[in-house]
Amino acid sequence: MITGSTILFYILAALTLGCGIIAVSTRQIFRAAISLLFSLIGIAGLYFWLEYQFIAAVQIVVYVGGIVVLIIFSIFLTQQAGEKLPKQKTDRKIFAALAVFCGFALSMLQVYQHQFNIAETTTAPTVADIGKKMLTVDDGGYALPFEVISMLLLAAMVGCIVIALRSKPETK
Amino acid sequence: MMEPGLYHILFISAALFFIGVYGFLTRRNLITMLMSIELILNSVNLNFIAFNKYCWPGKLDGLFFTVFIIAIAAAEAAVAIAIIINLYRSHQSIDVENAEDLKY
Repeated sequence: MITGSTILFYILAALTLGCGIIAVSTRQIFRAAISLLFSLIGIAGLYFWLEYQFIAAVQIVVYVGGIVVLIIFSIFLTQQAGEKLPKQKTDRKIFAALAVFCGFALSMLQVYQHQFNIAETTTAPTVADIGKKMLTVDDGGYALPFEVISMLLLAAMVGCIVIALRSKPETK
Repeated sequence: MMEPGLYHILFISAALFFIGVYGFLTRRNLITMLMSIELILNSVNLNFIAFNKYCWPGKLDGLFFTVFIIAIAAAEAAVAIAIIINLYRSHQSIDVENAEDLKY
């Protein structure tokens, strides 16, 4: 029995994996960035399919709206237009593909041999649950990691500004 | 076709992880390597969400790990792109083969 949900899942999976493969294999860097964009959108769709709407929204806002735009801007700043990436050595590609295939086969073998205790009932969390849990200081609350992440973001912001500052000519 | 469940998501996540590893091993351009790292981090996020939904539906720990990984990935991408642009200014290239000299 094929339902619409199943078909949607397979379409999203094909979008994610296909665009991921294009993103790592194409020689045109701009095309790679656009494929990465669609791969990330596919993952956001999978989150929607899993009924985790909050994470899907965060994924779209942060990755699609933030990181991919940042990557595209840095491509514009560092790459000559229309220039393809240099060809990689074939033996490097073959060995990388072999290593990746062996790792993938090994991990999938382990996964399929393991029996996960899958729960019967599935309840999707609401945003109210997430907000309460994130800011509670009781046992199992996530207030401390939240604060640590905010310090990390501040440090990253200061670090970016310091790194990207144009150094003065006399200090060179 | 089977009804998709935990194992299907784990398959997608493992495949995406190893696609990212392949890109990281074969690419020699820093921006494309950064894109491979983003794919790897996304596969990890997908794994956390899948386990949270199918194995521990009453809890939110996997979801919070995903939120924090997304935040750290955003910070990491910003710092990495700052370093890449700085490297391009000093070397006129962002190929890892050309970036082989240390400061002193």
